[in-house]
Order: sequence, then structure tokens, then C-alpha cells
Amino acid sequence: MTIRTEPMTVNVGPQHPSTHGVFRVRITFDGEDIVEVEPVFGYLHRGTEKLAEERNYVQVVTLTDRLDYTSSMINNQAYCLAVEKLLGVEPPPRARYLRTLTAELQRIASHLIAVGFFVQELGAFGTPLMYGFRSRERILELFEMLCGARITVSYMRPGGVFADAPRDFWPALNRFLEDFEDEFAEMEQLLLENEILMIRTRGVSPIPPEVAINNSVSGPVLRASGVNWDWRKQEPYDAYDQVEFDVPIGSNWDNYDRFWVRIQEVRQSIRIIKQCIAQIEPGPVRLDLPLVLRPEAGREAYGRVEASKGELGFYLVSDGGISPYRCKIRSPSLINLTVIERLLVGWKLADMIVSLGSIDINMGEVDR
Amino acid sequence: MSCQLASDSILYANGIYRLVYEIVGVVLPCWVAYAIAGLVFAFILVNAVLLGAAVITWGERRVLGRFQNRVGPNRWGPFGLFQPVADLVKLLTKEDLRPEGSDRVVFSLVPVLMVAPLILMTAVVPFAKNTALASLNVGVLFILAVSSITSVAIFMAGWSSNNRYAMFGAARAVAVLISYEIPVVLSLLGVVMVAASMSLGTIVAAQALPFFLVQPLAFFVFMAGMSAELNRSPFDVAEAESEIIAGYHTEYSGVRFALIQAAEFGGVGVVAAIAATLFLGGWSGPWSEYLGWLWFLIKTGIIVFLFIWFRATYPRLRIDQIMAFSWKFLLPLAMVNLVVVTLEVFLLRGDEGVLTHTDLAIMAAINLAVTAISIAVFGNLIKDRVTFRTRQPQQVVVPGVSTIEVS
Repeated sequence: MTIRTEPMTVNVGPQHPSTHGVFRVRITFDGEDIVEVEPVFGYLHRGTEKLAEERNYVQVVTLTDRLDYTSSMINNQAYCLAVEKLLGVEPPPRARYLRTLTAELQRIASHLIAVGFFVQELGAFGTPLMYGFRSRERILELFEMLCGARITVSYMRPGGVFADAPRDFWPALNRFLEDFEDEFAEMEQLLLENEILMIRTRGVSPIPPEVAINNSVSGPVLRASGVNWDWRKQEPYDAYDQVEFDVPIGSNWDNYDRFWVRIQEVRQSIRIIKQCIAQIEPGPVRLDLPLVLRPEAGREAYGRVEASKGELGFYLVSDGGISPYRCKIRSPSLINLTVIERLLVGWKLADMIVSLGSIDINMGEVDR
Repeated sequence: MSCQLASDSILYANGIYRLVYEIVGVVLPCWVAYAIAGLVFAFILVNAVLLGAAVITWGERRVLGRFQNRVGPNRWGPFGLFQPVADLVKLLTKEDLRPEGSDRVVFSLVPVLMVAPLILMTAVVPFAKNTALASLNVGVLFILAVSSITSVAIFMAGWSSNNRYAMFGAARAVAVLISYEIPVVLSLLGVVMVAASMSLGTIVAAQALPFFLVQPLAFFVFMAGMSAELNRSPFDVAEAESEIIAGYHTEYSGVRFALIQAAEFGGVGVVAAIAATLFLGGWSGPWSEYLGWLWFLIKTGIIVFLFIWFRATYPRLRIDQIMAFSWKFLLPLAMVNLVVVTLEVFLLRGDEGVLTHTDLAIMAAINLAVTAISIAVFGNLIKDRVTFRTRQPQQVVVPGVSTIEVS
């Protein structure tokens, strides 16, 4: 007697605890092994690019907050850099340091979420996630001191930042850094050498560098694939040419490396923040630009930053009006998702969730 | 005319049962007294298990909260103690959903089949001196046999739900439950051999030295195996929330879900009670004549806390790693324990066939060393095998990209 088996197609998402929002993958399983993957997205499409064409250049900043809502500071920064390029202006030095500092704080917050959910998806019930959120909460409180908002900050503006940091921001920042180093060391100690975490992630779903490059993958995923590529080094913006930091590079290209790279980047971010605190000097924080910006007609500019998830770029075209003629967003999460087939096919159901977590997608950014 | 239980009856040793039986037997016929006394004790047991489950849900959420830098439920009642009541009321008022295309009878039968074995298992556990409902002389065997029903219930849940996640969960659960039953049974054989009895009462009495000291290896295997049988972390693949939503009980809601949850948390309590009885000396302790129940509860609480601690700490293993852990690690360890204990019992046992306190101490010393050595040896043996399909990185040079660094 032969036992008949057949592949089984499962809709993972859009309502699934581990698809980071409303991502959906149609997966065909052979037992527990994945044979076919078909990603479906667009459930969170809000038409950000189109909305940007109907708002003036400063108002668009609030739209960028809602792209990758775990790293809104960095989104602000990318957009502001693009507008400044379009206008041909440079923000004052203090604003550049403030931007660098807040962007790095945001990177820490974003990576804490990424690492927390990564381990949550490995099945550690909440504990590492809550440890991450404990520190992230402190960062959000710092943002609240800066601009009154925690998540949708809109702190940066074309030509600088919205306002200078209040006087009690700096002692609070120092207190946070002191505590955070201990808290993060605790997390590293719990996770980095964790035996179960290592056997679950070592050697799983590797992305070779040539595949990563051919798919335009960027950010920690690219660096975990062994490619030394970081826009903060390649094309320094804001104050990144004034600070020293290292770029962590993975050697096995696997899930563990993607997790490891993020942990290391948090350490580097702390270094950058400390240098920013040491180097920042008093001065104006915003250029005296007109309230309604009208870049020259026919100009176009592409501003990019190394966001927490990869290269985030804004491509702006001006027709001389008060709002962009076209605003194209290169979102890292969407482009990083293009390796999904390479990432998942041939591995098991349990690995699929972890691999998805390891590229750290954010649906607000994928669907825009 | 009063009724008297025959002194060879399995119910004879139970003081409460005998008391009720004899008092009722004064006014009513003996067979009525027999039934009433049984019902009274069954009522106590069922409520003990379900209340225990409620307390454990509360305790788990509070303790997990502390582990995770949170407060946990603290709104309703002192320390949030009434939270399970609120949860239950909420679940009872929910719509009773049954998915389309599901097998009605099987689907509805599952919650009952999950709770019943748990309550049956408590029948042989002595909560204090002479309080087991039935001091069966094959108590351990009875527990193992009854606990296996759960795997059938889980598979029925997954099969009848007409849901693919539930099917995944059921397939995983059956694989895990069957694999882990074998090391658990083998580890319990050691206990039975030292106590020279399968009756839980006798096993408690035989623990002049608690068996987790005498047979640390068996205790380790038993705890690991039971973690898997209860679908608890790090072996909780059957209901891996981040992977397959809720596994086999994805489609259950309302009162059926409440029963499944009760079975799950009650299972933790019952297994902890059994572990406390078999390995921590059960109700024995200072003034055990009067405080036996207290020692029993404390020891059960310790084991429950251990299970919660595992859950708060460990990431989940993959299904193939779980199978490898059982067959390549726990099974050999259980075998080693069995062989060593057999030899020790054979050599140390006196003419009357009884192991003295000194004998147990000697065994404890030897077994501690055996545990350390065998865990180290077998751990090293499977170290490289558990990792699944590890690929060696290759040096890749991508033409046209100058900044590549493959370290």
C-alpha cells in the first residue's frame, strides 16, 4: 500500500502573529518543508507618494513618520536631506549633530524591536522583547522631550530641526546612556551565546553576497551577507563624517549573522551618540528658510540615508510649485523582501518565521 | 448496622473516603454509601484540579510578568487573584463557534477528552498520608497509561478542526508526545526499581532520601520529557504561537477553549504533583502526619515554578531538533540511568530486599557523578548532529564591487 501525500498551501498572514503587520505569504508546504513562496502585500497601502504631491514640502515630513513607524526620525532625515539637496542648502552644524544623534537613538530603538521580535519568533515567550521595550521606552521619552511626540516625531525639518533640545534633555540622555549600556549588556549576555538560539539560527537561510547585491538588498541584511556597504561610510551625510564607528560584517550570511549585526550596530550607535554629545556646539538649529518652499522648476534630487532597515531614499522632482511634482520612496523593507524566495524555499516552517524576522520588514514601509 | 470496607480494598487506606463511607453507611444501604463516598471524593478531586488550574494560570501570568519586567494581572481581587474568574466568565459568554467543514462530534469531544485524563491521574496521587482516592498497586503504570489519552485528543482536535495550522500542530504534537513518552517511561522505571513498588504511596514512603537526589538523571529526563508532553517551552512546537497561531486549538473558542486551557494549566499542576510525589518525596517532611498536605503543596509549587521559569527563559527548538533531543539524548540518558540503577539495586539491596538510608546515600553519590559524566558525554556526541543542514560559507568575490569584504 502506498501512502498518498500532497503538498499543502497555507496562507500565512495577513492575520498572523509573526508576519510583522499585514504581510501575507502563500506558502506551499511539503510536510514541514517549504517548496513554494508567493508574497502578497499591499494591505497597508495608504498612497503616501501620491499624498506627498498634494502637500507642501514641510508638511510631507509628517507623512514620512508613518512609513516605517519604528524609525520615524530616520525617515524624517532622509526626506529632509532630499529637500535640502533640491534647494541646494546645508543645515547649520548643531542641527546636523542633533539629527545624527536622534537618528542613532532611533536606530537603537528600531534594532531593539528587531532583535526582540526575532527572539520572540524563535519562541522565547516575551522576555527578550520586554527587555528591549524597556530600553526603547526610555528613548521614546527622550524624543518626547525633544518634540512632544513619541512615535510620529516630525522632529526634523528641511534646513535643520524643529527646535533645539531643551536644557534637561542632555542630563536625561546621559542617564539613559549609562543605564542602557548595562541593560544592553544584560541582553547581549542572555542572547548572543544562547545555545538554543544558535542551533536555531546558525547556517539557516544564508544569502550569499552576490544574491544580496543582485537583489539590491541593503542595510543590516546586506552587511550580514558579508558586504561592507553602509551609506554612513560611503557617502557621509549630516555629521557622520565627524564621528568614528565600525561597520559590523557577517561571515556566515545566515539568520544568526543578521541578528548579530544588529546587536553590534546598537553598540556602534552608542559610540556615535557619545561622540555627538562631545562634539556638539551651541548655535542655530534651523536655516531661515521661507515658510513655503518653492524649489526651482525642473530640479530633481535623491536624498538617501542608512536607515535602520537599509537604504532609505527619497527622489523628489520639483515643478516650481509649493509641493513636489513627484516623490518616489525607495523603501528598504520592500527591496529587502525581494530575496524572500531565496530565504525561505527549502527550509522549514519554523525557520520561515525566523527568517522573515531576520530581514526585519515593516509593513508601513513596504506598502507605503 | 454499619458498613465496613474490606481491609484489602484499594480504597481502604483512604481515610476521608472511609470516614464518609462509614458515616453514610449508618443510615443508608452499603451500596449507596459506596457511591456517595465515591462521588464526594470525586467532587473534591475535580474541583481541586480545576481550581489548581485557575491558580496556576494566575500564578503563571504573575510570575511571567515579573520575569519580563511587567506587573501582570493585578486589577481584580488581591494581587489580581480573581483574574481567572474574570477570564472564565468572559470565555463562557463568548459565541460557541464551530468551523465549517469540521467534524462535529470529534470537535466537541476533544475538550472533554483533554480534561478527563488529568482528573483521572489525580486519583492515585497521595496529597497527604492516606489520601489517595485509590492507592493502586500499579499507580505509576496507571498514570502513564491515562496520560497517553491526551495525544489522541490533541490529534482529534487538529484533524477535526479543518484548519491547516491545527493540522500542523496536531502532526507535531503526536510526533513529540510519542517520542517523549519512551524516555519518560524509562526514567520512571528507575524510580519504581528503587522503591520496589508501583504504588505512589509506597514510593513516597521509600524516599528516605528524595529521589531527585538519588536519581538526578531520571529527574532530568522526566522533567524534560514532561515539558514536551505538556507542550511547554522549549518543546512547545504543537502550539507554537509565533509559527502556527495556536496549533491544534486554533479553532477553539468560548467554553471549549476554556476547557482546553484548563487542561493545559491543570496538566502543569498534575504533572508537578506527580513529579513532587515521585522525586521530591511527596507529602513527607517534618510533622508529615499533620502537615503532609503543606509539604505536598510546597513541592508541587516548586515544580510549577520550574515550568514557568523554563517558559520565560527558553527559545523554542525546531521539530527535528526536538526529535533529535529525545531520541539521541534523552533516550540514551534514560538507558544509562536504568542500567546504573539496576546494578546498584542488585548490589546494595540487603537480604530483605530493602534499601537502607545509607544505601540511598551511596546511590546518590554514584548517580550524581554518572549524571554529570553522561550528560557531558552525550551532549558532546550530539552537539554537531542537532544542527540541521549547516552550510559552510564560501569565499565569494563579486566582480565590479570593490568594497566587498568577506571575512
